[in-house]
Amino acid sequence: MTIEFLILTILGLTAYSFFLSKRKASALNVINPLDVHSQPHYHGLFSAILTIAPAIILLFLWSWLENSIFKSNLESYFSDVVDPYKVNFYVSGVKSFVAGASDTLMNHSNFSAAVEYYETSTKMSLALKSIVIVIITLIAFRYSLNLVTAKFKARDLVEDIVIRTMKYASIFAIFITLGIVLSLLFETLRFFESVAVTEFLFGTHWSPQMSIREGQVGSSGSFGAVPVFTGTLLISIIAMLVAGPIGLFSAIYLSQYASNRVRSYAKPIIEVLAGIPTVVYGFFAVITVGPFFRDLGIFFNIDGFSSESALIAGSVLGIMIIPFIASLTDDSLSAVPRSLKEGSLAMGATLSETTTRVIIPASFHGIVGSFLLAFSRAIGETMIVVMAAGFAANLTANPFNAVTTVTVQIVGLLTGDQEFDSPKTMSAFALAFVLFFLTLILNIISLSIVKKFREQYE
Amino acid sequence: MSNIVQRNKSEKRFQFYGLLAVGLAIFLLLVLLLKIFSTGFSAFNQTYLGVKIQIEKGENLSELDARSTLRENLRNMFPEAKSRSDKKNLYSLFSPGAYIEFEEMLEAYDGDVIDGYYYFLASDDLDMYFKGTVTRQGNSAGRIKPSQMKFVDEFVKMNLIELQFNRYLLGSADSRNPEMAGILGAIYGSLFAILIAFVTSFPLGVLTAIYLEKLTKQNAFSDLIETNINNLAAVPSIVFGLLGLAIFLNFFELPRSASLVGGLTLGLMTLPTIVIASRSAIKSVPPSIEEASIGLGSSKVQTIFNFTLPLAMPGILTGTIIGIARAIGETAPLLMIGMVAFIVDIPQGPLDASTALPVQIFLWQDSPERAFVERTSAAIIVLLIFLFLLNITAVYLRKKLEKKW
Repeated sequence: MTIEFLILTILGLTAYSFFLSKRKASALNVINPLDVHSQPHYHGLFSAILTIAPAIILLFLWSWLENSIFKSNLESYFSDVVDPYKVNFYVSGVKSFVAGASDTLMNHSNFSAAVEYYETSTKMSLALKSIVIVIITLIAFRYSLNLVTAKFKARDLVEDIVIRTMKYASIFAIFITLGIVLSLLFETLRFFESVAVTEFLFGTHWSPQMSIREGQVGSSGSFGAVPVFTGTLLISIIAMLVAGPIGLFSAIYLSQYASNRVRSYAKPIIEVLAGIPTVVYGFFAVITVGPFFRDLGIFFNIDGFSSESALIAGSVLGIMIIPFIASLTDDSLSAVPRSLKEGSLAMGATLSETTTRVIIPASFHGIVGSFLLAFSRAIGETMIVVMAAGFAANLTANPFNAVTTVTVQIVGLLTGDQEFDSPKTMSAFALAFVLFFLTLILNIISLSIVKKFREQYE
Repeated sequence: MSNIVQRNKSEKRFQFYGLLAVGLAIFLLLVLLLKIFSTGFSAFNQTYLGVKIQIEKGENLSELDARSTLRENLRNMFPEAKSRSDKKNLYSLFSPGAYIEFEEMLEAYDGDVIDGYYYFLASDDLDMYFKGTVTRQGNSAGRIKPSQMKFVDEFVKMNLIELQFNRYLLGSADSRNPEMAGILGAIYGSLFAILIAFVTSFPLGVLTAIYLEKLTKQNAFSDLIETNINNLAAVPSIVFGLLGLAIFLNFFELPRSASLVGGLTLGLMTLPTIVIASRSAIKSVPPSIEEASIGLGSSKVQTIFNFTLPLAMPGILTGTIIGIARAIGETAPLLMIGMVAFIVDIPQGPLDASTALPVQIFLWQDSPERAFVERTSAAIIVLLIFLFLLNITAVYLRKKLEKKW
């Protein structure tokens, strides 16, 4: 019996119990049909839930228990190996051998014994599991059929279960946030055991690659993250300088000047920019914008113009966030009451004067909010900077030099060969922690600004 | 007070700035698309070289060694290639894939005599030269040396060099040889991941939205969930990647590089989008319908599942498709969970190691071979067409099913 067959059996039994209970409920022999509390399909649904629930719970519990028992037993076969990583290596070797994923017998005296143990015990466990689960499912199936009576409040129970499920689903979102915070916090705290918080936040030298050298136990590289933060800031500011004016003026034109026809075409076209994957922008930066700026740099004879300069990454990042600014600002401008605009026009102001002196001041909160949201988007963007900016951390404000960002460092530190538990790997979590909180604060501020602005005119 | 002429002038100027900004945004989009399409278009064809194959009767075709037989026939075509290095230069015009193609041809061939010209896959360097991506300087072009160029010229003179449809690009997985590299493996990885992301995030998102909209009163708890979801929607995607790394890989010990983990991570990322879209769709269902249902004796849950949800479904689906489309193009979280590896096999299931289409793009653009540039663009074209179709579906759904109350 394979695991797929077991699952199919359970599903089949569940479906059968649904139909059986439903049929029994509709054939209930009562004088007045109103004496039956629930409609037949609620009886069916409740029976189905009752049949499948114990099987699912058991299946999960069993797999979890089985895994931990097998793991500890397998590890005991390799108890003479000191290095825990090596033990893990052997254990996963046994597992993949039995699964048929590999056919190499590893070089250890107990390896074939372990394979034999694992093979027989997984088979045993599966057989036992199948028998137990099928029996329990059958009991639940039989019991649920007995419950179908005229008085039984199947509907109330089903609805209660549904509402509970929804409640837990909505709590799940909180667990995601908790998961993010805890997983980042955990590694970050471990990182700060080996590197001082002040060094991380105020140090000006970042070179995590040197962190592990042969024979120098405990020696660490430099984890002063200031150049990383300033690099992020520099690239984001360049992006805002590109996207801010273009986005703002597009929004003004589309909301104040453009005819409905033009607006209905131009707005979706600009929003296409938001739908293009960022990896495509990164490629665009590498093959088009980079060479273009390099030629410009040669033409104007700029010294030290790097092919990974902040200017290239920043301007492409800027193109990406144009639609965010444009559509959010557009919403804010459109939310200004017509009466304000028309009052100003009636006083003889031109449309541009009305826009700059009435509409923009009236929607100022919303515009600031949209700029902040776009800024947080720019800070957290990864692929464009990974492809267009460099890994070297330079403390500079010169847009022609190469700088690095928080996201580039995270990718660089966590892809490729990595040692777990080294400060180098954990520093990525510390950076991500900073990134998460920075964007969180920016979002909270901008959302509250936008909300306040909306309430102003509602 | 400035005079009216000046004011009208500045009015015109202001309007021009606006038009300029809109034009610039559209221009940048066009440049991007044009650049990608013009670079990537040529990758859908591939250079093939014709070889005169002569195999006489009496030999068992499927037992022939494809490699040496093809080389032998090549030497017959160019008897002047005597020295070892000359032969090597001649062979190197072909891709390793040419031998595989020849082997397949021999296996499929019925009959026992072969006599005629057959075309085989050329190397990426020749491909780049023939497509004009690298220009000829004297007797060399890119990585083609003068000693190879004399054979290339022969092929051109004999008219035995041609472009054929690139069946590797959409039909195989990654390869170190650009001419044999394809995106099918990455497409499978993306599809598995997206399927899993949809299966996890859609039910959770819709149930959450119903609960927040219909089943709970405004209180501290619902406010907490609401702000939480709004903030989650703006968390950088790479942070979700770290979450996936910490939870799915380190805690649950799921296999690295598997599209299952990628799908779960993308699902978590898409969840807030689906919740927000579903809430606004549910909100737009007129209360009169729900009240009528309640008035006729339905329970709250019955009303939701019989009336609210079916009426809100177009909006929910539109939001979901947009969320899923964003997840398809997402790269950064997948880098974090190790879906960034050189994988030559097409994944058979969500537990197999695989890449995804955007990750494949990222990997290819980093490759030094010139021929990967156009293949990267071609992969982007495929990705963009896919996203375009998804978005069109979303727009169509909205137009078709939207009801004005």
